[in-house]
This record gives sequence, C-alpha cells and structure tokens, in this order.
Amino acid sequence: MTLTVFTALLSHWRRNWLQFFALIAGLALATALWSGVQAINAEARASYDAAAATLGEGQFDQLVPRAGGTVPQDTYVALRRAGWQVSPILEGRLDADRGRVRVLGIDPLTAPGTMAPVAMNADADLGAFLEGELVFANAETADRLEGQIPQRILIDEGIAPGIAVTDIGAAQRLLEADGQLSRLTLARVQPMGLPPLSAVAPDLTRQPAQDAGANRLTDSFHLNLTAFGLLSFAVGIFIVHGTISLAFEQRRGMVRTLRALGVPLRTLVVLTIAELVVFAVLAGAVGVALGYVMASVLLPNVAATVQGLYGAQVAGTLQLRPEWWVSGMAIALGGTAIAAAGALWKIAHMSILESARPRAWSVASGSGATRLGAVALGLFGLGAGIAIWGQGLLLSFALLACVLIGAALILPLMLRSAVGLAERLSTTVIWQWFWADTRQQVPGLSLALMALLLATAANVGVSTMVSSFRVTFVDFLDQRLAPELFVQIEDEARSAEVETVLRNEAREVLPLLSVETEIAGVPSDLFGVRVGPTYRENWLFLDRSGDVWSQVADEDAVVVSEQLARRAGLWVGDPVRVAPDVTLPIAGIVADYGNPLGQAVMSETLFRSIYPDQIATQFGVRTEDPEALTRILLDDLGLPPAAVIDQARIKAFSLSVFERTFTITGALNVLTLGVAAFAILMSLLTLASLRVPQLAPVWALGMTRRDLGRLELLRSVILALLTTLLAIPLGLLLAWVLLAYVNVEAFGWQLPMYLFPGHYAVLSLFAIVAAAVAALWPAFRLSRTPPSSLLKVFANDR
Amino acid sequence: MVLSVENVTKSFAGADGATPVLRGVDLQMQAGETLALTGESGSGKSTLLHLVGGLDVVDSGVIRVNGQDITEMDDTARAALRRSEVGVVFQQFNLIPSLTVAANIAFQARLSGRHDPTQVAALAKALGLTPHLEKYPEAISGGQQQRVAIARTLAARPRLVLADEPTGNLDEATAAEVLDQMLALVTETGAALMVVTHSQAVADRMSRHVHLSQGRLA
Repeated sequence: MTLTVFTALLSHWRRNWLQFFALIAGLALATALWSGVQAINAEARASYDAAAATLGEGQFDQLVPRAGGTVPQDTYVALRRAGWQVSPILEGRLDADRGRVRVLGIDPLTAPGTMAPVAMNADADLGAFLEGELVFANAETADRLEGQIPQRILIDEGIAPGIAVTDIGAAQRLLEADGQLSRLTLARVQPMGLPPLSAVAPDLTRQPAQDAGANRLTDSFHLNLTAFGLLSFAVGIFIVHGTISLAFEQRRGMVRTLRALGVPLRTLVVLTIAELVVFAVLAGAVGVALGYVMASVLLPNVAATVQGLYGAQVAGTLQLRPEWWVSGMAIALGGTAIAAAGALWKIAHMSILESARPRAWSVASGSGATRLGAVALGLFGLGAGIAIWGQGLLLSFALLACVLIGAALILPLMLRSAVGLAERLSTTVIWQWFWADTRQQVPGLSLALMALLLATAANVGVSTMVSSFRVTFVDFLDQRLAPELFVQIEDEARSAEVETVLRNEAREVLPLLSVETEIAGVPSDLFGVRVGPTYRENWLFLDRSGDVWSQVADEDAVVVSEQLARRAGLWVGDPVRVAPDVTLPIAGIVADYGNPLGQAVMSETLFRSIYPDQIATQFGVRTEDPEALTRILLDDLGLPPAAVIDQARIKAFSLSVFERTFTITGALNVLTLGVAAFAILMSLLTLASLRVPQLAPVWALGMTRRDLGRLELLRSVILALLTTLLAIPLGLLLAWVLLAYVNVEAFGWQLPMYLFPGHYAVLSLFAIVAAAVAALWPAFRLSRTPPSSLLKVFANDR
Repeated sequence: MVLSVENVTKSFAGADGATPVLRGVDLQMQAGETLALTGESGSGKSTLLHLVGGLDVVDSGVIRVNGQDITEMDDTARAALRRSEVGVVFQQFNLIPSLTVAANIAFQARLSGRHDPTQVAALAKALGLTPHLEKYPEAISGGQQQRVAIARTLAARPRLVLADEPTGNLDEATAAEVLDQMLALVTETGAALMVVTHSQAVADRMSRHVHLSQGRLA
C-alpha cells in the first residue's frame, strides 16, 4: 500500500513538472543564496584565522628596524643573551614559476605558543623541520612550489593561502638572506629586570600588537552579509511556501480520494513528509552546489575587499567546508518544514468529505487577508515593544523579524485596499472588471508579491546600510586622513627640527601629542591638537554643541569619541575629567570606528600645560606637493622611508576597495530580485490554469485574447509597483534597525543613516521590470490560449 | 448479511444549532442484492451512504458491514474497511488526475492487496476502456471517467458497492449504458449494491427501492 500511495503522490509532480521545477528551484535558490553567503563568510573567516595563526599577526608586539631594512641576526642573539624572550621571523617573496609565494621562516623553539601551527605528524617531526628539510603550505601553494625548492613540501590546510612556512635557516637560504631577519616577535610575558631595549638593540623599535579594530570592522561586514543571506533565504522560502500550498490545493481532490479509498490519514501525512524530505534533500544539494558556484564567482571580489580593507588574506578559491554543507542542507530541510507546515496541518485536519474541488487561490476569502493583517499588527506591536524596552543582539534580530514578517503579512490587506479603492474610482465597465478581477487575484499572487516585497526591501535596506557605511567611512577617512602626509619620528630630540622644516615647507602642520590614560574609567588616549582649518573643515560630529573647535581652542571644552561617550554614559554638555586637575564639558562627539580605546581631544596648549614633558613625535602635514615634501624629509632631514606615510594614496586605495564591496552588494541585489521575479513567474504560470474559467466569460462577452493578455501584464506591473512602493519604507526601516540596533548591539557603535533616493528609484525600476519580465510569458500564453480551451469552460461534459 | 443499519441518527451543526438529518434509520442488505435509495434533496441519502461507507461517523445507532460494527471503529480501522470491504463510486468520479486510466483502475485493488492484472484488463474491456488505458482522466469524456471509477471500485472486489448518483453527470444514453455495465459486473462479483439516485429510471433497475424522507425510511 505504501508504495502505491507514494507513487500516486509523486505522480502529481510528474504531471505538473512546472510546479515541481518551481518547488525545487525555489528551495535551491533560497539555499544557494544562504549557503553562498555563508560560504564566503566561512572562507573569509577561515583565512583570517589561518593568517593570524600562521603569522601571529596582531597578537604579539614586534621589534622592527627603525630605519627599515632587516634585523641582523647578531642583534637577535644579543637580545636572547640579555634575557629578552624574542623569536626571529624572516619573511620574503619567492618567485616560483606558477606565482609568487611568501616564505615565512620561524624558529619553533622560541616562537610564542599560538604561532606557527605547523601540523607535526608522523611525516613531519620537529627534528626534520629544524634541519630545514620541510616546508609547510596549503595545497594550492604547495602546487606552486613543487619542483622549485629542494625541501620536502607537506600539505597543511591550516596555513594561510600563498604562504610557505619553514625553519628560519631554510628560509634564509631560500631567500638568500643569510644572517638576516625581518623582525622579532616578543613573547607577551618577559622576565623581570631586563636591560632596556635601547641598550641592547638601539636600532630596533617596538611595534605594539594590533588592536581588535580591524576584526570588529570585518565582523560588521560579515554580519551584514549574513543578514543579507538570511533575507534572501526568506524570499526563497516564500516561493517554496507558495508552491507547496498551491500543490496541496491542487491535490486536495487526490487527498480526499485516497482517504475515501482507504488510505489511513497517518500514512498519508507520513508519506507527504517523506516526499518533502526527498525534495528538500534534492533541492538542498542543488542549492549548496549553486551557492558554491555563486561564492566562487563573488569570492575574488570579497577577497580583494577584505584584504584591501583589513589586510587579511582570503583564499581566491573555495574549499568545500563541511560546516556550510551541513548548514545549507539544514536550512533547506528547515525551510521546507516551515513552508510546508501549513499544508501538512491542513492535510491532517481536512475532513474526508470536504470539497474535492481545488479552491482557487483567487477565490480565497478576504477574511484571510484581514486575519493576516491582524497578525501583522500584533508583530508590529511586539517589534515596537522590543525597540523601546529590548536589549541584546538576539532581540535586535527578533525586532528585525517582527518588522519583516509583519510587513509581508500585511501586504495582501494593503493591496486589496488599494485595488478596492481603484475599483470604486473607476467609471468604465472594463476598468471596473479589471480592478475587481485584480482584487480576486491578490490572494493567489500574494506569496510571490511578499517575496518581491522582501527582496526589494532587503535590497533597499542593505544598499542603504552599505552606502551609509561607505559615506561614513569615507567621511571618517577624510577626517582622519585629511593631512596629505603623516610623519612619525623616533628621536624626540629631532622633534623641533622636523617641525621647523615642516612649518617652512607645508601649508599647515598638525603636531599630535598623546598620552595613554584612563578617562571616566575607560582606557583612553588623550590627544592634544593644534586647532586649525583642517580640524574645523574635516571633522564631523555625531553630536555637537555650538562651535566645537573654538571651544576646544579656548581650552573650554573637549571632544570625545563615541566609544568613550557610550561606555562612560556621557554625552554633549556633560563634564568629563580628562586629567587629574582638569574637568571640561564635552563639546562634540566623534566617530572612531573600530577602535576599542576611548579617545579625548583637547587643545595643544592645554595639553602642553598638563604634560610639559610630552614632545610631539607625530605630525599631520597639509601640503600641495606631498612628493616634494617627502623628498625633503628623506633627503635633507635623513628620515627613514617608514617615517613618512602618504595618506592620500591610502585613502584612494581604501575608496577603490569600497567600490569592490559594492560589486558584491550589487550582485546579491540582482540575485535576490531574480529570485523574486522567479516567484512571480511561477505563481503566474501555476495560476494560469485556474484563470481560464475566470477569463472565458469575459472573452465570450467580446474581449479579445490579446486584450486579456495585455491586461494580465498590466495587472502584474501594477501589483509590483504597489508592492515596491511599500518596500521602500520597509527597506529604510530595515536599514534603520540594522544600523541603530543590530550594529550597536553587536559592535557598540552606531552608524549614521543616509538616504539615497536615486538608488531607490533604480532598485524600484529593477523590481518592476523583473515583475514585468516574469509576467510576459504567462500573458503571452494567455493571449494565445486556443478558443477550444476557453470553450471547455462552458461545456457540460467536462 | 452484508449490511445492517440499526436505528442510526446523524445531525449536522448549523447556524441555527444542530440540524437532524437521519432520525433512526434501519436497513439491511444481503449479498447480491441491489438497492435504490431515493429521496428529496437534503433528505439524508448521501449522509447515509457516507456513514455506511465509513466516511463519516454516526451520532447513535449501529452499522455493521460483513458483521463488523463500524461505529466502534477508529479512523485507521475504518480506512482498512474502505480499502477492502467497501467500494464507493462518487458522482464526481474522484479519479486521480495524475495517474493513467490503467493505474486508476488498478489503484484500489493495489491498496487492498487484491490486484489482478487479468481482472483489470477484463474490467477495462467490459467497460469499453481498453483504448484509453494509457490516457489521463482529463483526456477522456465524463461517461468514460465514470466507467473508470466503477472499474476501480469493482477491481478491488468489495462485498458492498456504494454509488452516489453514479449517472448524475451523464446524459441519458450514456447513463443507461454505464448502469447496465455496473449491474452486470456487480451481479458477476456477487457484491451488494446501494445506489443513491434521483432518477426513477435508475431506481427501477434495482431489485429493491427504499425512499428516505425527512431522515426516515418510508
């Protein structure tokens, strides 16, 4: 019996391949978007971890040569003899035939704990490594090195892409750098009573460990991508829900017949679940594969973006990671369960004597829309409660869910009201029929339109967020990198000399005095700045009171960073004790993205009066000709190249990286809108057969098939337009929640929100075009419906 | 005795409270017997047929099919009864649209474990369906669809065949033809046949005729 019933259930899909395709494609696309984004995230994160673990980047203080160049091995030996816990690193490029490889030489005996995670196994003992016989690299890098070096190459996928790790001695031979080192890594804990560094190694300077700022920005980027993936998945789930619901409606007769013929309800429900599990596994596999392709295409951009922005290297090719396979399949099964829950509940509760006729969605009662509207209002109320009283990242996401699901659920009611109004306002009989017919179609199309609503809103929201992020970050770069050159000297004795030269040669010199301190209980940097046009013109405030810089220059106020303000519970106007005997009001709050330390800025004169011994070793320089000034600093003053930083170039590079970020967002925008258009196409095609009995009487009364086709197209465009008009405010609300709640909860700082009306107009146009393209084929098919099919509606013997 | 109905009552909830449809019905049928159940619209004919077929449950009273009290059965047991003991021919045919005519005819027999390809072929031939076996229901006429429904029921060889207006959707000539074939096949299998009908012509073809009025047998 089981096989007979299962075959009968499956036969529905064999005869309705379009529905089957819609179901599989909808679920596969949803899974693809989710798992593609997850794959990108997973790959990027794995690469950061590998890079951080391999290089110890950001984890340890380093000793580097003051004047650039290399560290003599003798210096390392002297430091070790003096008791300093340092470990040598030699880094260099090796030109292999199949591309460059970054060779990293380490000493595993002295390397700090988490560095050099070289997989020592049966093939690779420490002795062989120390003797310089082994090189570790991932498969791709190993392939590049094969036959190029005398050492045995062992594959270790934990090594960052493009890097080969070997013993320091082997690295010196490979890089022809005998007796030379790139830098020394300092263990976190050093013995007491060490001789000062300046005494043992005067040519080296200590470079502090990187702060977590880059990681936080990276996390923000990933959070945004994950949110986008989730939204895209929601769009796909609407398609699956629509398809499963429609299939159930069409199989209502079959279900009744099967039960009347003696198939137990339990068997029927179990077999329906089994059928859905098979489909979910099939579609999930296709989806994960599609996601893999999507991620492969997008990953080079992501890699370039994160590498450029944050200095972390991401592999250009994907690895099949078990976690996102599992995540993709789980989301496909979970999504199917969510989408099918309603249909299964109906099967389980359907009376055996219920009407066998498929209830056309088009005649589904308006009470459904009202009920959904009531649920939506409940969700909005819940969302408002969370917005007012809720705290925490999880609740922020709950707020996001309330807003999105609520908006989707209220859509049918709003569309029905809008179309009803148009119906009342129309005067000719054709238009009255058109609007009445459109009102009837709203329930049938509502799931697809909900998908369009979510897709467009997600695009508006994420575009707003990314664009706001871009504007904010560009402003931030303008603010912090406004001086064309940045000069940093090691020798305090030369400060006055350097400043004099700069004053003579540059338009404006901005000495930067700073001390590390604690302000209002928050570890912070206190800066003394020379207030001038650069600060007045470039610094933007999140909040301010009056002429901030005049107050600072007059020693009447300070500027603090958002992090310090939020953590200390201070805001503009509040007094803050910035030094033992100095308490000043806050005149302005500035953004300082990604910096875990607080920041307070006072005038140079006040700073010097509090800390008379502090000497400026850092200078921002405004100049029309950075290159000429750089030459003077290097040639005339003899500063090392590392002392002069061309900030304009850094800024230009950062901006170009942002453009690549947009490429990813743009690609994902197109994909989600494509998925929504697909939902509309599938809904229209599957509803087409139910439309014939509704259209045949109008055709019989004198309207041509071509007119009917045109009106069908117009109907889709109008409904898409109305949906898009609702999607824009929803998208802005979504962006606001992401920026004002999710980001604050996740990272502790709020991004200002900017509006981009031109962008929204283009997105709306795309959405409407997508809907129109989706409606073209069904409309064309309708205009070509043979009269015999229309006449069947009137035949008694059907 | 194939069927025994004792003092069965049934009401349906409506806007004005419970509306009694059957008010104490008693009925018996022997093997091979054919019975026409007539009555006005709303008299409870279809309700009685659904109760006998295990598609619905009584409010009170007892129904026995082949000696089994179906009023005491749970949903699963009633499903088993419908698979093996009872066959229902619906007015709307209720074929499975995604299965071919051949698969539809064999369907209930497969469910009941009594599938016999020879018998399916014989039934198809007897009902003039052989040329249409590979077609789907949508491709054949209403009369042919009703023949498929009859073949499906008889292929499972039930002891009791219930038919709800089996010719209600057919023209007069086709209806007469379908009825002839159904009666011949029922006689051949020895099953009892209860036909719900409005048609006097159909009722006249049955061995017994009972009339249902206001929930009671006249």
